Amino acid sequence: MSPKINTQPPIHSRNCSGCTACDPNTLTMQRLGIKLDGCDYVIALAGNPNTGKTTVFNTLTGLRQHTGNWPGKTVARAEGAFACQGKRYKLVDLPGTYSLLSASVDEEVARDFVLFGKPDCTVVVTDATALERNLNLTYQVMEITTKVVVCVNLIDEAKRKGIDVDIASLQKQLGAPVVATAARPNQGIDQLVQAVAGVVDGTLSCNPKLPPTPKKMQAIVERMLPMIKQMVPGLPSARWVAYRLIEGDHRIRQALLTGELAALYPISLPVTWAASAQEPKHV
Amino acid sequence: MSKSKLQPSEILDQIDELRQEVDEHFRDELVGEIYAQAHRVTQSTVKVLSKGPTWDQKLDWLLTHPIWGWPLMVLIFATVFWLTVTGANIPSAFLAGLLIEEGGLSSWGREYLNLDLPAGLSHSLYELLHMLFNGLHSPGWLTGLLLDGVYLCVAWVVSVMLPPMAIFFPLFTLLEDLGYLPRIAFNMDPMFKVTGAHGKQALTMAMGFGCNAAGVIACRIIDSPREKLIAIITNNFMICNGRFPTVIAIGAVLAATQAKGGFLGGSVAAFTVIAVVSLGVLLMFAVNYALSRTVLRGQSSTFTLELPPYRKPAILRIIYTSLIDRTLFVLARAVTVAAPAGVVIWLVANLSISGEPVGIYLVHLLNPLGWLMGLSGVILLAYIIAIPANEIVVPTIIMLIVLLSGTHGLELETGKMVETGTENLAKLLFAQGWTLQTCVCFLLFVLLHNPCGTTIWTIWKETHSLKWTALATLLPVAMGITICIIVANIWRLFS
Repeated sequence: MSPKINTQPPIHSRNCSGCTACDPNTLTMQRLGIKLDGCDYVIALAGNPNTGKTTVFNTLTGLRQHTGNWPGKTVARAEGAFACQGKRYKLVDLPGTYSLLSASVDEEVARDFVLFGKPDCTVVVTDATALERNLNLTYQVMEITTKVVVCVNLIDEAKRKGIDVDIASLQKQLGAPVVATAARPNQGIDQLVQAVAGVVDGTLSCNPKLPPTPKKMQAIVERMLPMIKQMVPGLPSARWVAYRLIEGDHRIRQALLTGELAALYPISLPVTWAASAQEPKHV
Repeated sequence: MSKSKLQPSEILDQIDELRQEVDEHFRDELVGEIYAQAHRVTQSTVKVLSKGPTWDQKLDWLLTHPIWGWPLMVLIFATVFWLTVTGANIPSAFLAGLLIEEGGLSSWGREYLNLDLPAGLSHSLYELLHMLFNGLHSPGWLTGLLLDGVYLCVAWVVSVMLPPMAIFFPLFTLLEDLGYLPRIAFNMDPMFKVTGAHGKQALTMAMGFGCNAAGVIACRIIDSPREKLIAIITNNFMICNGRFPTVIAIGAVLAATQAKGGFLGGSVAAFTVIAVVSLGVLLMFAVNYALSRTVLRGQSSTFTLELPPYRKPAILRIIYTSLIDRTLFVLARAVTVAAPAGVVIWLVANLSISGEPVGIYLVHLLNPLGWLMGLSGVILLAYIIAIPANEIVVPTIIMLIVLLSGTHGLELETGKMVETGTENLAKLLFAQGWTLQTCVCFLLFVLLHNPCGTTIWTIWKETHSLKWTALATLLPVAMGITICIIVANIWRLFS
């Protein structure tokens, strides 16, 4: 099943907030800066360093997080907010990483947020000029959560370099919504927000097509899956947890042992929450 | 397995048993599947319509080439050093004339402008201040302390350090701004891996090129505590900008004595600087290796280094940041240390015990060790006085020589006036019995001695460990003493 996305560009510009004449598909987006209270959804921004992730963050929130050309150490995460069609979104800018295999502190921060922070949607910002390398992180995020939007950023730079990305085909092969953006000249941001809105309210379903489990360990992983499901019935990423347990990941084992994960993911169907702990709606 | 509700701990025990059956290359296979799928997907979705590699890809191919990358790196740095050394000569001589030398700028004018400057410029500030103090009937000790101590030391620091820094820093910042530094890190990565250290250490080393204290702080970008410690301990093997002018000054002395100036002289000086820097890098790898095989045993961890795009350098910003932030900052620090050091030096030269200055006793005391190391008591004394900041070692040596030998730097024992700053220094040093061997041992000791006070303090703050701070402080100085002794005595054996 491939995700349904309204690929039509919105007719109105972004800042016509409050205009009732708008077609429901059109965005009425508002940048909220650091006004974080009362947010309905939490959105995580993940991505490799140097993909313009922070530029996307700044464009959405109107904040001016420092953007750098040097992979320094941003262990702390930046937070901002925006509103769209009556819903308020909290945006969390995770440290730029190449993987989530927690080799370093920043990777652990990013991974822990995607798993334990349970964002309503994780946007993976990728670099259109180096898509292959960026997909590695994309797959690692999709192994943890099914609520993903892939943002193919720097599409203008790719065009300049003679690189053409087939967005529709990519979307089909990944099994997750894909949006092409050029955050600096502010292109495609509306479509990105639309896709995020679709994922959080369940109108846009994702069915990630993940890399297969290596043959040699398939049998063992299959035997582990029901055991993990028994501990955490609502986990969307039992396979990923199995991988981590095989590796001897201490943090994950501890989270299973203490029931931390079970408390986070209690129900066995893909569900959507509003951040304000409402009754979960089944899809 | 029973179907009744099992506790998580029981399930986890079963899982632990299961995982014993998985082979150890599991993670590689897992990552391999991800890479393979990413490759398949991009193959079918990404089309590259470009006409071939872009100019920056070609440049990267060359600059990070496993063979050509190295000579290009040496060539680039040699050019930077050559420009620094040859370019610093004229302003150095100008400042020495303006601030210190007898006859003011007149000899500088004859040498570089080929004309006689007006008589008003034929007195240096030092001479004018002396006239002023004499006119005010200032007591001899006060004139001595303020002019021959504080002023002279500060003036030497300015004239020796300012010109090379004002040329080197903008050039180095230019390389940084162009995006060359990460390429160096890329070239050197295999060496770090072989020596059991982290590839990001190359970046902290580049920072140490500017300032070792900054380099030590930069080690925070290394995640593994073991590799971080190695990077902290070995950062001192990079010549910081406090020691750069010293190396450049000795390089210029060698250029003046071993070659007769000009292009050849500049090359000799640039080669000297390159040799010292390369030796520092080699020793850094050697110590990396030794540490990772003994007290800090372990494997190198992997990391990804992205080569940022080449950028058009912002020339005005480069000049501003390198002159204001770096040059003036370092100079201000040096002057702050130089002023009190000038007092100490003057006191050492003028306080007497039974008719002999204290300095003479100290020099005699240090002479045996100095001789053994191929140096002299004066040099070692200068090092002890200059422990707070490496910047002032050469000025301190000059001051000690001048004050202890009774001349004030304007005339040498031949009584002749000297022409330029560099030649002045060369003649002054060689008149004191310096030889090529002294220069070599001195350069070795400049490279290999304890970090400056600020760096030691920074290491303590970063490690919170007396043990590692002590190791980082004592290891280089122990290496310096040992290597100097070996080199000096082998040299003597063969000459």
